[in-house]
Amino acid sequence: MDELLKILKNNALESAENIAKMLNISVDEVRERIAAYEKEGIIRGYQAIVNEDVLKMQGVTAVIEVRVSPEREGGFNDIADRISMFPEVQSIYLVSGDFDLLLFVVGNDLREVAFFVSEKLATIDGVNGTATHFMLKTYKHHGVLMESQESYERLKVSP
Amino acid sequence: MNDSKSLPDRLASNLQAVPRSGIRDFFEVVSSMDDVISLGIGEPDFDAPWHIREASIFALERGATSYTSNLGLLKLRQAIAKYVGRVFGLRYAPETEILIAVGVSEALDLAIRAVCNPGDEIMYHEPCYVSYGPLIQFAHGVPVAVPTSVENEFRLTRAALEERVSPKTKALLLNYPNNPTGAALTPADAREIADFLIEHDLLLITDEIYGELSYERPHQSIAALPGMRERTIFLHGFSKAWAMTGYRVGYACAPQVLTDAMMKIHQYTMLCAPILSQEAALEALKEPEEDIASMKSAYLQRRNFLLNSFKEMGLSCFMPTGAFYAFPEITQTGLTAKEFALRLLEEEKVACVPGTAFGPSGEGFVRCSYATSLDAIKIAVERMARFLARL
Ligand SMILES: Cc1ncc(COP(=O)(O)O)c(C=O)c1O
Repeated sequence: MDELLKILKNNALESAENIAKMLNISVDEVRERIAAYEKEGIIRGYQAIVNEDVLKMQGVTAVIEVRVSPEREGGFNDIADRISMFPEVQSIYLVSGDFDLLLFVVGNDLREVAFFVSEKLATIDGVNGTATHFMLKTYKHHGVLMESQESYERLKVSP
Repeated sequence: MNDSKSLPDRLASNLQAVPRSGIRDFFEVVSSMDDVISLGIGEPDFDAPWHIREASIFALERGATSYTSNLGLLKLRQAIAKYVGRVFGLRYAPETEILIAVGVSEALDLAIRAVCNPGDEIMYHEPCYVSYGPLIQFAHGVPVAVPTSVENEFRLTRAALEERVSPKTKALLLNYPNNPTGAALTPADAREIADFLIEHDLLLITDEIYGELSYERPHQSIAALPGMRERTIFLHGFSKAWAMTGYRVGYACAPQVLTDAMMKIHQYTMLCAPILSQEAALEALKEPEEDIASMKSAYLQRRNFLLNSFKEMGLSCFMPTGAFYAFPEITQTGLTAKEFALRLLEEEKVACVPGTAFGPSGEGFVRCSYATSLDAIKIAVERMARFLARL
Protein backbone atom coordinates (compact mmCIF):
# COMPACT_ATOMS: atom_id res chain seq x y z
CA MET A 1 0.00 0.00 0.00
CA ASP A 2 1.10 3.53 -0.76
CA GLU A 3 2.83 5.25 2.18
CA LEU A 4 0.38 8.12 2.07
CA LEU A 5 -2.56 5.78 2.48
CA LYS A 6 -0.80 4.01 5.32
CA ILE A 7 -0.32 7.31 7.13
CA LEU A 8 -3.99 8.23 6.71
CA LYS A 9 -5.19 4.78 7.74
CA ASN A 10 -3.17 5.24 10.89
CA ASN A 11 -4.25 8.82 11.52
CA ALA A 12 -6.79 10.38 9.17
CA LEU A 13 -6.33 13.74 10.89
CA GLU A 14 -2.66 14.03 9.93
CA SER A 15 -2.28 17.41 8.26
CA ALA A 16 -1.20 17.74 4.65
CA GLU A 17 1.74 19.84 5.89
CA ASN A 18 2.99 17.07 8.16
CA ILE A 19 2.47 14.37 5.56
CA ALA A 20 4.44 16.44 3.08
CA LYS A 21 7.32 16.63 5.54
CA MET A 22 7.19 12.91 6.24
CA LEU A 23 7.20 11.88 2.60
CA ASN A 24 9.49 14.63 1.30
CA ILE A 25 6.89 15.85 -1.19
CA SER A 26 5.05 19.16 -1.55
CA VAL A 27 1.88 20.02 0.32
CA ASP A 28 0.11 20.48 -3.01
CA GLU A 29 1.09 17.00 -4.10
CA VAL A 30 -0.30 15.55 -0.85
CA ARG A 31 -3.60 17.38 -1.38
CA GLU A 32 -3.81 16.28 -5.00
CA ARG A 33 -3.13 12.67 -4.21
CA ILE A 34 -5.70 12.59 -1.41
CA ALA A 35 -8.26 14.21 -3.70
CA ALA A 36 -7.49 11.60 -6.36
CA TYR A 37 -7.95 8.76 -3.87
CA GLU A 38 -11.27 10.23 -2.83
CA LYS A 39 -12.39 10.68 -6.40
CA GLU A 40 -11.41 7.14 -7.41
CA GLY A 41 -13.34 5.85 -4.42
CA ILE A 42 -10.26 4.32 -2.81
CA ILE A 43 -10.75 6.51 0.24
CA ARG A 44 -14.43 6.02 1.13
CA GLY A 45 -14.63 8.20 4.21
CA TYR A 46 -13.07 9.27 7.48
CA GLN A 47 -14.38 8.23 10.89
CA ALA A 48 -13.34 8.52 14.50
CA ILE A 49 -12.74 5.29 16.40
CA VAL A 50 -14.98 5.68 19.45
CA ASN A 51 -14.90 3.52 22.55
CA GLU A 52 -18.64 3.17 22.90
CA ASP A 53 -18.38 1.04 26.02
CA VAL A 54 -17.14 4.09 27.92
CA LEU A 55 -20.05 6.19 26.71
CA LYS A 56 -22.40 3.64 28.25
CA MET A 57 -24.61 3.96 25.22
CA GLN A 58 -28.00 2.33 25.22
CA GLY A 59 -27.72 0.43 21.94
CA VAL A 60 -26.68 -3.13 21.21
CA THR A 61 -24.60 -4.62 18.46
CA ALA A 62 -25.14 -8.11 17.11
CA VAL A 63 -22.89 -10.22 14.99
CA ILE A 64 -25.10 -12.31 12.74
CA GLU A 65 -24.09 -15.32 10.70
CA VAL A 66 -26.29 -15.78 7.66
CA ARG A 67 -26.56 -18.79 5.41
CA VAL A 68 -27.89 -18.01 1.95
CA SER A 69 -28.46 -19.78 -1.36
CA PRO A 70 -26.62 -17.87 -4.03
CA GLU A 71 -28.76 -16.76 -6.92
CA ARG A 72 -28.23 -18.04 -10.41
CA GLU A 73 -27.27 -14.69 -11.88
CA GLY A 74 -26.01 -12.41 -9.14
CA GLY A 75 -24.33 -15.03 -6.88
CA PHE A 76 -23.95 -13.69 -3.37
CA ASN A 77 -23.73 -10.08 -4.47
CA ASP A 78 -27.38 -9.36 -5.10
CA ILE A 79 -28.52 -10.69 -1.78
CA ALA A 80 -25.65 -8.96 0.05
CA ASP A 81 -26.57 -5.70 -1.69
CA ARG A 82 -30.14 -6.08 -0.53
CA ILE A 83 -29.15 -6.71 3.04
CA SER A 84 -26.75 -3.75 2.90
CA MET A 85 -29.67 -1.44 2.22
CA PHE A 86 -30.97 -1.80 5.79
CA PRO A 87 -29.61 1.12 7.83
CA GLU A 88 -29.23 -1.07 10.92
CA VAL A 89 -26.60 -3.14 9.09
CA GLN A 90 -23.22 -1.57 9.87
CA SER A 91 -20.96 -4.01 8.08
CA ILE A 92 -21.41 -7.04 5.92
CA TYR A 93 -18.79 -9.49 4.71
CA LEU A 94 -18.83 -12.57 2.51
CA VAL A 95 -16.86 -15.24 4.35
CA SER A 96 -15.77 -18.83 3.90
CA GLY A 97 -16.81 -21.61 6.26
CA ASP A 98 -20.08 -22.82 7.76
CA PHE A 99 -22.03 -19.74 6.79
CA ASP A 100 -21.81 -17.18 4.00
CA LEU A 101 -22.45 -13.65 5.18
CA LEU A 102 -21.27 -12.03 8.40
CA LEU A 103 -23.26 -9.00 9.52
CA PHE A 104 -22.73 -6.38 12.19
CA VAL A 105 -26.11 -4.99 13.11
CA VAL A 106 -27.00 -2.25 15.60
CA GLY A 107 -30.27 -1.59 17.37
CA ASN A 108 -31.59 0.23 20.41
CA ASP A 109 -32.17 -2.96 22.34
CA LEU A 110 -32.30 -6.74 21.99
CA ARG A 111 -35.91 -6.71 20.89
CA GLU A 112 -35.22 -4.36 18.05
CA VAL A 113 -32.42 -6.53 16.70
CA ALA A 114 -34.49 -9.68 17.19
CA PHE A 115 -37.28 -8.04 15.24
CA PHE A 116 -34.88 -7.14 12.45
CA VAL A 117 -33.64 -10.71 12.23
CA SER A 118 -36.99 -12.45 12.30
CA GLU A 119 -39.06 -10.00 10.30
CA LYS A 120 -36.63 -8.52 7.83
CA LEU A 121 -33.55 -10.65 7.42
CA ALA A 122 -35.01 -14.14 7.68
CA THR A 123 -37.82 -13.35 5.29
CA ILE A 124 -35.56 -12.35 2.41
CA ASP A 125 -35.67 -14.85 -0.43
CA GLY A 126 -32.54 -16.97 -0.39
CA VAL A 127 -31.77 -16.55 3.32
CA ASN A 128 -31.73 -20.06 4.73
CA GLY A 129 -30.75 -19.53 8.31
CA THR A 130 -29.23 -17.12 10.82
CA ALA A 131 -27.36 -17.23 14.11
CA THR A 132 -27.27 -14.09 16.21
CA HIS A 133 -24.52 -13.25 18.73
CA PHE A 134 -24.87 -10.15 20.86
CA MET A 135 -21.64 -8.29 21.41
CA LEU A 136 -20.73 -7.80 25.07
CA LYS A 137 -17.53 -5.82 25.07
CA THR A 138 -15.03 -4.42 22.57
CA TYR A 139 -11.37 -5.01 23.28
CA LYS A 140 -9.81 -3.99 19.99
CA HIS A 141 -11.36 -2.27 17.02
CA HIS A 142 -9.67 -1.58 13.69
CA GLY A 143 -6.30 -2.35 15.19
CA VAL A 144 -6.83 0.04 18.10
CA LEU A 145 -6.96 -1.22 21.69
CA MET A 146 -9.99 0.18 23.53
CA GLU A 147 -8.19 0.33 26.84
CA SER A 148 -4.66 1.59 26.62
CA GLN A 149 -2.37 -0.73 28.46
CA GLU A 150 0.36 0.84 30.48
CA SER A 151 3.49 0.61 28.41
CA TYR A 152 6.87 -0.17 29.83
CA GLU A 153 8.84 2.99 30.36
CA ARG A 154 12.15 3.39 28.58
CA LEU A 155 15.14 5.31 29.86
CA LYS A 156 14.80 8.97 28.93
CA VAL A 157 18.38 9.18 27.70
CA SER A 158 20.44 6.22 26.53
CA PRO A 159 23.59 5.83 24.46
CA MET B 1 47.06 0.67 59.53
CA ASN B 2 48.66 4.04 58.89
CA ASP B 3 50.07 2.71 55.61
CA SER B 4 46.62 2.10 54.24
CA LYS B 5 45.70 3.79 51.02
CA SER B 6 42.41 5.50 50.34
CA LEU B 7 39.92 3.48 48.33
CA PRO B 8 40.15 5.51 45.10
CA ASP B 9 43.92 4.95 45.06
CA ARG B 10 43.34 1.23 45.01
CA LEU B 11 41.30 1.29 41.82
CA ALA B 12 42.90 -0.02 38.66
CA SER B 13 44.74 2.83 36.99
CA ASN B 14 43.50 2.12 33.47
CA LEU B 15 39.99 2.46 34.86
CA GLN B 16 40.77 5.79 36.48
CA ALA B 17 41.92 7.08 33.10
CA VAL B 18 38.43 6.54 31.70
CA PRO B 19 36.25 9.61 32.16
CA ARG B 20 32.69 9.39 33.43
CA SER B 21 30.19 8.97 30.62
CA GLY B 22 28.81 12.28 29.35
CA ILE B 23 25.50 10.59 28.74
CA ARG B 24 25.16 9.52 32.36
CA ASP B 25 25.60 13.07 33.63
CA PHE B 26 22.93 14.20 31.28
CA PHE B 27 20.68 11.31 32.17
CA GLU B 28 20.67 12.37 35.83
CA VAL B 29 19.49 15.87 34.95
CA VAL B 30 16.77 14.59 32.63
CA SER B 31 15.54 12.01 35.12
CA SER B 32 14.96 14.71 37.71
CA MET B 33 12.51 16.55 35.44
CA ASP B 34 8.88 15.90 34.51
CA ASP B 35 7.21 16.19 31.10
CA VAL B 36 10.43 15.98 29.17
CA ILE B 37 10.11 15.10 25.49
CA SER B 38 13.17 13.06 24.77
CA LEU B 39 15.08 12.87 21.52
CA GLY B 40 17.88 11.39 23.55
CA ILE B 41 16.92 7.75 23.36
CA GLY B 42 19.28 5.32 21.68
CA GLU B 43 16.79 2.48 21.39
CA PRO B 44 13.62 1.84 19.39
CA ASP B 45 10.34 3.14 20.80
CA PHE B 46 8.70 -0.01 19.44
CA ASP B 47 8.26 -3.11 21.53
CA ALA B 48 9.78 -6.27 20.10
CA PRO B 49 7.33 -7.86 17.61
CA TRP B 50 4.75 -9.99 19.39
CA HIS B 51 5.67 -13.31 17.78
CA ILE B 52 9.18 -12.90 19.18
CA ARG B 53 7.93 -12.18 22.69
CA GLU B 54 5.52 -15.08 22.38
CA ALA B 55 8.33 -17.43 21.36
CA SER B 56 10.28 -16.53 24.48
CA ILE B 57 7.22 -17.12 26.66
CA PHE B 58 6.73 -20.49 24.98
CA ALA B 59 10.39 -21.37 25.50
CA LEU B 60 10.04 -20.50 29.16
CA GLU B 61 6.96 -22.70 29.45
CA ARG B 62 8.89 -25.58 27.87
CA GLY B 63 11.52 -25.17 30.56
CA ALA B 64 14.21 -23.27 28.71
CA THR B 65 15.97 -22.25 31.89
CA SER B 66 19.37 -23.84 31.42
CA TYR B 67 22.80 -22.85 30.13
CA THR B 68 23.48 -23.23 26.45
CA SER B 69 26.76 -24.14 24.79
CA ASN B 70 29.32 -21.38 25.27
CA LEU B 71 29.09 -20.34 21.65
CA GLY B 72 25.29 -20.24 21.90
CA LEU B 73 22.49 -22.49 20.62
CA LEU B 74 23.68 -24.21 17.45
CA LYS B 75 20.30 -23.72 15.77
CA LEU B 76 20.62 -19.98 16.38
CA ARG B 77 24.16 -19.91 14.98
CA GLN B 78 22.91 -21.79 11.93
CA ALA B 79 20.10 -19.28 11.44
CA ILE B 80 22.58 -16.42 11.79
CA ALA B 81 24.93 -17.98 9.25
CA LYS B 82 22.05 -18.13 6.77
CA TYR B 83 20.89 -14.62 7.56
CA VAL B 84 24.25 -12.86 7.26
CA GLY B 85 24.90 -14.87 4.10
CA ARG B 86 21.67 -13.82 2.48
CA VAL B 87 21.57 -10.20 3.66
CA PHE B 88 25.23 -9.17 3.82
CA GLY B 89 26.90 -11.74 1.57
CA LEU B 90 29.05 -13.10 4.42
CA ARG B 91 30.12 -16.74 4.83
CA TYR B 92 30.71 -18.06 8.34
CA ALA B 93 30.60 -21.62 9.63
CA PRO B 94 27.99 -21.90 12.39
CA GLU B 95 29.97 -24.57 14.26
CA THR B 96 33.20 -22.63 14.64
CA GLU B 97 32.96 -19.04 13.44
CA ILE B 98 29.92 -17.55 15.18
CA LEU B 99 29.65 -16.63 18.87
CA ILE B 100 26.45 -15.46 20.54
CA ALA B 101 27.14 -12.68 23.04
CA VAL B 102 25.22 -10.59 25.52
CA GLY B 103 24.55 -7.80 23.04
CA VAL B 104 27.00 -6.20 20.67
CA SER B 105 28.25 -4.51 23.84
CA GLU B 106 29.82 -7.73 25.06
CA ALA B 107 30.88 -8.74 21.56
CA LEU B 108 32.81 -5.47 21.23
CA ASP B 109 34.61 -6.15 24.49
CA LEU B 110 35.46 -9.70 23.40
CA ALA B 111 36.72 -8.60 20.01
CA ILE B 112 38.95 -5.90 21.45
CA ARG B 113 40.33 -8.05 24.25
CA ALA B 114 40.94 -10.93 21.85
CA VAL B 115 43.40 -8.90 19.77
CA CYS B 116 44.73 -6.09 21.95
CA ASN B 117 48.12 -6.30 23.69
CA PRO B 118 49.07 -3.61 26.20
CA GLY B 119 50.15 -0.56 24.23
CA ASP B 120 48.55 -1.63 20.95
CA GLU B 121 46.82 1.19 19.18
CA ILE B 122 43.28 0.68 18.03
CA MET B 123 41.86 3.30 15.70
CA TYR B 124 38.22 4.25 15.48
CA HIS B 125 36.35 7.11 13.89
CA GLU B 126 34.89 9.85 16.00
CA PRO B 127 32.15 10.85 16.85
CA CYS B 128 31.38 7.27 17.76
CA TYR B 129 29.46 5.03 20.11
CA VAL B 130 30.35 5.79 23.70
CA SER B 131 31.96 2.47 24.61
CA TYR B 132 34.74 2.30 22.01
CA GLY B 133 37.44 4.37 23.71
CA PRO B 134 36.79 2.97 27.22
CA LEU B 135 36.75 -0.68 26.05
CA ILE B 136 40.15 -0.18 24.40
CA GLN B 137 41.45 1.36 27.63
CA PHE B 138 40.07 -1.51 29.72
CA ALA B 139 42.08 -3.82 27.44
CA HIS B 140 45.21 -1.75 28.13
CA GLY B 141 45.25 -0.58 24.53
CA VAL B 142 45.66 2.95 23.25
CA PRO B 143 42.53 4.47 21.73
CA VAL B 144 43.33 6.47 18.62
CA ALA B 145 40.35 8.55 17.52
CA VAL B 146 40.20 9.53 13.87
CA PRO B 147 37.96 12.59 13.59
CA THR B 148 35.30 12.63 10.91
CA SER B 149 33.58 15.84 9.91
CA VAL B 150 30.33 17.10 8.54
CA GLU B 151 32.15 18.24 5.37
CA ASN B 152 32.65 14.56 4.54
CA GLU B 153 29.21 13.68 5.90
CA PHE B 154 30.96 11.92 8.78
CA ARG B 155 32.34 9.22 6.50
CA LEU B 156 35.76 7.90 7.33
CA THR B 157 38.29 8.72 4.62
CA ARG B 158 41.52 7.01 3.76
CA ALA B 159 43.40 10.31 4.08
CA ALA B 160 42.28 10.67 7.72
CA LEU B 161 43.31 7.08 8.45
CA GLU B 162 46.74 7.52 6.85
CA GLU B 163 47.33 10.49 9.14
CA ARG B 164 46.84 8.46 12.32
CA VAL B 165 48.18 5.04 11.45
CA SER B 166 51.45 4.05 13.17
CA PRO B 167 53.63 0.95 13.52
CA LYS B 168 51.74 0.23 16.74
CA THR B 169 48.33 0.21 15.08
CA LYS B 170 46.66 -3.16 15.49
CA ALA B 171 43.11 -2.73 14.33
CA LEU B 172 40.37 -0.40 13.19
CA LEU B 173 36.99 -0.27 14.87
CA LEU B 174 34.22 0.81 12.54
CA ASN B 175 30.52 1.56 12.96
CA TYR B 176 28.44 2.32 9.89
CA PRO B 177 25.54 3.10 9.75
CA ASN B 178 26.69 5.28 12.58
CA ASN B 179 25.56 6.20 16.04
CA PRO B 180 25.49 9.23 16.66
CA THR B 181 25.69 10.84 13.21
CA GLY B 182 23.43 8.63 11.08
CA ALA B 183 26.18 8.50 8.46
CA ALA B 184 26.60 5.47 6.21
CA LEU B 185 29.44 4.40 3.95
CA THR B 186 29.11 4.26 0.20
CA PRO B 187 30.45 1.09 -1.45
CA ALA B 188 33.38 3.20 -2.67
CA ASP B 189 34.17 4.36 0.90
CA ALA B 190 34.10 0.77 2.11
CA ARG B 191 36.45 -0.30 -0.67
CA GLU B 192 38.86 2.54 0.17
CA ILE B 193 38.95 1.60 3.85
CA ALA B 194 39.37 -2.08 2.99
CA ASP B 195 42.33 -1.24 0.73
CA PHE B 196 43.90 0.76 3.54
CA LEU B 197 43.50 -2.13 6.00
CA ILE B 198 44.91 -4.67 3.58
CA GLU B 199 47.90 -2.52 2.64
CA HIS B 200 48.75 -1.85 6.29
CA ASP B 201 47.86 -5.41 7.26
CA LEU B 202 45.46 -4.35 10.02
CA LEU B 203 42.54 -6.11 11.65
CA LEU B 204 39.00 -4.78 11.41
CA ILE B 205 36.27 -4.90 14.03
CA THR B 206 33.08 -3.79 12.32
CA ASP B 207 29.99 -3.00 14.39
CA GLU B 208 27.12 -3.18 11.91
CA ILE B 209 24.31 -3.19 14.44
CA TYR B 210 22.35 -0.67 12.33
CA GLY B 211 22.96 -2.58 9.08
CA GLU B 212 19.28 -3.13 8.32
CA LEU B 213 18.45 0.52 8.96
CA SER B 214 19.92 1.97 5.80
CA TYR B 215 17.41 4.14 3.97
CA GLU B 216 18.85 5.26 0.66
CA ARG B 217 20.55 2.07 -0.50
CA PRO B 218 21.12 -1.43 0.84
CA HIS B 219 23.89 -1.57 3.41
CA GLN B 220 27.25 -2.73 2.05
CA SER B 221 29.14 -4.72 4.65
CA ILE B 222 32.84 -4.02 4.46
CA ALA B 223 33.38 -7.56 5.77
CA ALA B 224 32.10 -8.93 2.45
CA LEU B 225 34.76 -7.22 0.34
CA PRO B 226 37.56 -9.35 -1.14
CA GLY B 227 40.51 -9.78 1.20
CA MET B 228 38.55 -8.72 4.29
CA ARG B 229 37.19 -11.95 5.73
CA GLU B 230 40.50 -13.16 7.13
CA ARG B 231 41.14 -9.90 9.00
CA THR B 232 37.63 -9.05 10.17
CA ILE B 233 35.47 -9.54 13.22
CA PHE B 234 31.90 -8.79 12.16
CA LEU B 235 29.53 -7.72 14.95
CA HIS B 236 25.78 -7.61 14.77
CA GLY B 237 22.76 -8.09 16.99
CA PHE B 238 19.05 -7.88 17.48
CA SER B 239 18.75 -4.73 19.58
CA LYS B 240 18.06 -2.14 16.91
CA ALA B 241 16.38 -3.53 13.80
CA TRP B 242 14.17 -5.89 15.84
CA ALA B 243 13.67 -3.55 18.80
CA MET B 244 15.06 -6.18 21.18
CA THR B 245 17.45 -4.10 23.30
CA GLY B 246 16.33 -5.61 26.60
CA TYR B 247 16.88 -9.16 25.40
CA ARG B 248 20.63 -8.44 25.34
CA VAL B 249 21.64 -10.62 22.44
CA GLY B 250 24.21 -10.02 19.71
CA TYR B 251 26.92 -11.96 17.95
CA ALA B 252 30.42 -11.96 16.58
CA CYS B 253 31.43 -13.67 13.34
CA ALA B 254 35.09 -14.23 12.56
CA PRO B 255 37.56 -16.82 11.29
CA GLN B 256 37.98 -19.66 13.77
CA VAL B 257 41.25 -18.45 15.32
CA LEU B 258 39.62 -15.17 16.27
CA THR B 259 36.37 -16.80 17.37
CA ASP B 260 38.30 -19.25 19.56
CA ALA B 261 40.12 -16.34 21.19
CA MET B 262 36.89 -14.47 21.91
CA MET B 263 35.37 -17.69 23.15
CA LYS B 264 38.12 -18.07 25.77
CA ILE B 265 37.07 -14.79 27.34
CA HIS B 266 33.35 -15.29 26.88
CA GLN B 267 33.27 -18.76 28.45
CA TYR B 268 34.85 -17.54 31.68
CA THR B 269 33.25 -14.11 31.95
CA MET B 270 29.75 -14.80 30.67
CA LEU B 271 29.49 -18.55 30.11
CA CYS B 272 26.69 -18.01 27.61
CA ALA B 273 24.02 -15.54 26.56
CA PRO B 274 20.64 -16.05 28.30
CA ILE B 275 18.79 -18.97 26.73
CA LEU B 276 15.43 -17.18 26.55
CA SER B 277 17.03 -14.37 24.60
CA GLN B 278 18.63 -16.84 22.26
CA GLU B 279 15.25 -18.50 21.68
CA ALA B 280 13.75 -15.09 20.96
CA ALA B 281 16.58 -14.28 18.54
CA LEU B 282 15.94 -17.55 16.72
CA GLU B 283 12.32 -16.54 16.27
CA ALA B 284 13.44 -13.08 15.09
CA LEU B 285 15.27 -14.70 12.19
CA LYS B 286 12.16 -16.53 10.96
CA GLU B 287 10.57 -13.59 9.14
CA PRO B 288 13.05 -10.79 9.60
CA GLU B 289 12.06 -8.71 6.59
CA GLU B 290 8.45 -8.45 7.74
CA ASP B 291 9.41 -7.49 11.28
CA ILE B 292 11.82 -4.83 10.15
CA ALA B 293 9.94 -3.30 7.22
CA SER B 294 7.18 -1.55 9.13
CA MET B 295 9.51 -0.10 11.77
CA LYS B 296 11.93 0.99 9.09
CA SER B 297 9.29 2.83 7.11
CA ALA B 298 8.16 4.60 10.29
CA TYR B 299 11.77 5.68 10.98
CA LEU B 300 12.13 6.96 7.45
CA GLN B 301 9.00 9.09 7.70
CA ARG B 302 10.13 10.49 11.04
CA ARG B 303 13.59 11.21 9.68
CA ASN B 304 12.10 13.17 6.80
CA PHE B 305 9.78 15.00 9.14
CA LEU B 306 12.59 15.88 11.53
CA LEU B 307 15.01 17.00 8.81
CA ASN B 308 12.36 19.12 7.09
CA SER B 309 11.51 20.67 10.45
CA PHE B 310 15.18 21.47 11.10
CA LYS B 311 15.32 23.15 7.71
CA GLU B 312 12.26 25.27 8.57
CA MET B 313 13.79 26.40 11.84
CA GLY B 314 17.12 27.17 10.19
CA LEU B 315 19.10 24.38 11.83
CA SER B 316 21.56 22.90 9.39
CA CYS B 317 21.85 19.15 9.41
CA PHE B 318 23.38 16.76 6.94
CA MET B 319 20.96 14.11 5.67
CA PRO B 320 21.50 10.95 7.74
CA THR B 321 21.08 7.83 5.63
CA GLY B 322 21.15 5.17 8.32
CA ALA B 323 20.42 4.24 11.96
CA PHE B 324 17.84 6.45 13.70
CA TYR B 325 19.79 9.57 14.56
CA ALA B 326 20.11 13.06 13.15
CA PHE B 327 23.12 15.17 14.07
CA PRO B 328 22.27 18.83 13.53
CA GLU B 329 24.92 21.52 13.78
CA ILE B 330 24.34 24.14 16.46
CA THR B 331 27.50 26.30 16.15
CA GLN B 332 25.57 29.24 14.72
CA THR B 333 23.78 29.60 18.07
CA GLY B 334 27.08 30.52 19.70
CA LEU B 335 26.50 27.82 22.32
CA THR B 336 28.60 24.77 22.97
CA ALA B 337 26.90 21.41 22.47
CA LYS B 338 26.53 20.96 26.21
CA GLU B 339 25.16 24.47 26.78
CA PHE B 340 22.70 24.01 23.94
CA ALA B 341 21.47 20.67 25.26
CA LEU B 342 21.19 21.91 28.85
CA ARG B 343 19.37 25.11 27.95
CA LEU B 344 17.03 23.32 25.56
CA LEU B 345 16.25 20.92 28.36
CA GLU B 346 15.76 23.57 31.03
CA GLU B 347 13.89 26.08 28.93
CA GLU B 348 11.81 23.84 26.68
CA LYS B 349 12.04 20.41 28.27
CA VAL B 350 13.39 18.73 25.17
CA ALA B 351 16.26 16.31 25.71
CA CYS B 352 18.90 15.66 23.10
CA VAL B 353 22.45 14.46 23.65
CA PRO B 354 25.39 16.85 23.27
CA GLY B 355 27.67 15.70 20.44
CA THR B 356 30.65 15.78 22.80
CA ALA B 357 29.27 12.71 24.59
CA PHE B 358 30.52 10.87 21.49
CA GLY B 359 33.99 12.40 21.50
CA PRO B 360 35.51 15.88 21.23
CA SER B 361 34.86 16.06 17.49
CA GLY B 362 31.14 16.02 18.32
CA GLU B 363 31.46 19.61 19.56
CA GLY B 364 29.07 21.91 17.74
CA PHE B 365 26.47 19.16 17.24
CA VAL B 366 23.68 17.48 19.15
CA ARG B 367 22.27 14.01 18.59
CA CYS B 368 18.52 13.86 18.05
CA SER B 369 17.08 10.37 17.94
CA TYR B 370 13.98 9.75 15.87
CA ALA B 371 13.37 6.39 17.52
CA THR B 372 10.50 8.06 19.30
CA SER B 373 6.88 8.55 18.33
CA LEU B 374 5.95 11.03 15.63
CA ASP B 375 3.67 12.75 18.12
CA ALA B 376 6.61 13.34 20.44
CA ILE B 377 8.78 14.53 17.56
CA LYS B 378 6.10 17.02 16.52
CA ILE B 379 6.06 18.60 19.97
CA ALA B 380 9.85 18.52 20.21
CA VAL B 381 10.38 20.41 16.95
CA GLU B 382 7.84 23.06 17.94
CA ARG B 383 9.67 23.62 21.18
CA MET B 384 13.07 23.60 19.47
CA ALA B 385 11.90 26.19 16.95
CA ARG B 386 10.68 28.40 19.79
CA PHE B 387 13.98 27.96 21.60
CA LEU B 388 16.04 28.85 18.53
CA ALA B 389 13.91 31.89 17.76
CA ARG B 390 14.56 33.20 21.27
CA LEU B 391 18.33 32.73 21.22
C1 LIG C 1 26.94 1.52 17.58
C2 LIG C 1 26.42 0.69 18.68
N1 LIG C 1 27.06 -0.44 19.02
C3 LIG C 1 26.62 -1.22 20.01
C4 LIG C 1 25.51 -0.89 20.76
C5 LIG C 1 25.09 -1.80 21.88
O1 LIG C 1 24.15 -2.70 21.42
P1 LIG C 1 23.66 -3.99 22.22
O2 LIG C 1 22.30 -3.67 22.73
O3 LIG C 1 23.64 -5.09 21.19
O4 LIG C 1 24.63 -4.25 23.30
C6 LIG C 1 24.81 0.27 20.45
C7 LIG C 1 23.63 0.68 21.25
O5 LIG C 1 23.24 1.81 21.31
C8 LIG C 1 25.26 1.07 19.38
O6 LIG C 1 24.62 2.20 19.05
